[in-house]
Amino acid sequence: MPSLQEVTDEVLQLAAGHFKVPRAELAPGDDFFKKLGIDSLQALALLSRIENHFHIELPDYELQGVTDFRTLAARIHARL
Amino acid sequence: MLDLPEYSSLGAALRAALERWPNEICLIEADRERENCRLTYRQFKEKALPLARTLQDAGLGAGTRAAIIMTNQSKWLISAYAIFYGGGVLVPLDYKLTAREHLQLLAHSKAEFLVVEYHLWRAITQDSSFASLQTKTVIVTEAPANAELCGAKRWEEFRSEREPAFVERQRGDWACIVYSSGTGGRPKGCVMTHENYLEQCQSLASLFPFWPGVRYLSILPTNHAIDFMIGFIGPFICGATVVHLRTLRPEFIREAFTRYHITYITVVPMILKNLERGLRDRFAALPPKKRKVLDRLIGTNRALTRGRPRLWISRLLLRSVHQAFGGELRAMFVGGAFTEPATLQFLYDLGVPVGNGYGLTEAGTVITVNDFKPFRADTVGKALPGTEVRIVNPGEDGVGEVAARGKTIMSHYLDDPEMTAATIVDGWLMTGDLGKLDAGGHLHLLGRKKNMIVTEGGKNVYPEDIENAFDSLNVKEFCVFAANFIWPQRTMTGEQLVFVARVDDAAKDANDLCFQIVERNRQLPDFKRIGGYLLWTRDFPRTASMKIKREALAEEIRAETDRSAMILL
Repeated sequence: MPSLQEVTDEVLQLAAGHFKVPRAELAPGDDFFKKLGIDSLQALALLSRIENHFHIELPDYELQGVTDFRTLAARIHARL
Repeated sequence: MLDLPEYSSLGAALRAALERWPNEICLIEADRERENCRLTYRQFKEKALPLARTLQDAGLGAGTRAAIIMTNQSKWLISAYAIFYGGGVLVPLDYKLTAREHLQLLAHSKAEFLVVEYHLWRAITQDSSFASLQTKTVIVTEAPANAELCGAKRWEEFRSEREPAFVERQRGDWACIVYSSGTGGRPKGCVMTHENYLEQCQSLASLFPFWPGVRYLSILPTNHAIDFMIGFIGPFICGATVVHLRTLRPEFIREAFTRYHITYITVVPMILKNLERGLRDRFAALPPKKRKVLDRLIGTNRALTRGRPRLWISRLLLRSVHQAFGGELRAMFVGGAFTEPATLQFLYDLGVPVGNGYGLTEAGTVITVNDFKPFRADTVGKALPGTEVRIVNPGEDGVGEVAARGKTIMSHYLDDPEMTAATIVDGWLMTGDLGKLDAGGHLHLLGRKKNMIVTEGGKNVYPEDIENAFDSLNVKEFCVFAANFIWPQRTMTGEQLVFVARVDDAAKDANDLCFQIVERNRQLPDFKRIGGYLLWTRDFPRTASMKIKREALAEEIRAETDRSAMILL
């Protein structure tokens, strides 16, 4: 099983690719809404991509209030 | 539907509905492609009463305030009914707020009970101000087996088999406290009575009756006035079915239409616009011959439905479009913000009538709704039966502030007589919106008088609520306005916020300040961001207590500049 650090890196990589921003500009503690300037619908599209990548299901309601990459990665890690 | 004048409270009406349609399907809850539960009205009652009993045992009684913070799901409605059954006052809070904001509103509402989803509760317990929470009983849904609940009870175990006592309430008693805004500033807790809701429901059902077999897809938050009325109270008093999805991802919403043969749905303008865009793209991708055929069919449908909707004709002519909506869709409703007439007309021409409502939480949801016979996309329609609308101080063009009066208007703002007095004047709710009535009594909205904006997603944003994001910025003083408040425009779309900065020398300060403002702006949620800024070199007018005189400042700016002075971000 990948470590939390590895999952976090992969999430940042996926977000950078999905929204076409340089990977180096994203840090684990960043608020993805603010950093990427995205709305909730765009965030849902990213989640679908993350689910496909990790082959898991992340319920929307479980992610209410999650805004930073680190917490998101922890939720993913808990489901791997 | 139930004969609502017979009932004195929401609890009584809902109780009668559960007895009237015991075998009809009342709720369906699905998580993606899986169905979580399907309850008849009888089963709904069997789930709610043991909860009602336990709430009573824990001290819930007439007038006790009980909050709910949950995403749309069956337990939301079951919990709300249990609270009404015991005579409680429901405080539905927006699940999208932050944990800190939840704590602020729980304190402001003085809620003694809270029903909350586990993940939201976890966020609340992790907030640094959690220790200040006064709510004495917290009931958490769907908590994992070994989760630390910080003193809360498990919803699934919070039940008693003893019969609960139904607590009668009168029409004038409080039913709900609904927050229409004010998380960053002054909370606006609209106190709604049972009468407000029963009257609103009666009016809406007379225009858009539901019946057993109707399936309403509930995707707007149930804490919001619209879904509370059209996605809970309305369907129940008509014996209809409410369908909840635990996800709002567009692919699953599309699928739900066909799987559950949805009859009605309510959306915000942003979703309607996305839908229009998607359909136009699909039409544009058709081969030229097919496109020509489609255009002819749309033209025929338009001609045949000019006087009123004819669903069977539309479904026959535009079969593939209607099948994508599940084949049973009768109409959509849109509210929460202004919708472009072109979008409404586009959908109507496809045989999908959209009920375009105008309302405010303070008005018990809806004030006016557009007509279907014939369909009017250019207005928000006539006042609901039982509601009066008038234009206050109209100009030569007939445009003035829209005011509404009737039994659906809220009682008052919780603990704020000053704001109540400014909002309800001689029994008329001053909406702060500008409009005019045409000869047929149809309301046309033409702008806003109040200093706020409404986004296409239906979010109300008050400038005062975002000013703290700019605290300690390197300016002498600053103020945020709705741009249309300074420079009025006859439009309800594309509204922007403008940041006004008091500087010594506009030319000198511009570059550095722009950078700082952009940085701060990024810290705000997207719908709260400012659209531009203005540098101002004179002191702001202030009251004796040093508060900025916003109207006077806006007037000064208006006298010296026009909209082009705003530097867009």
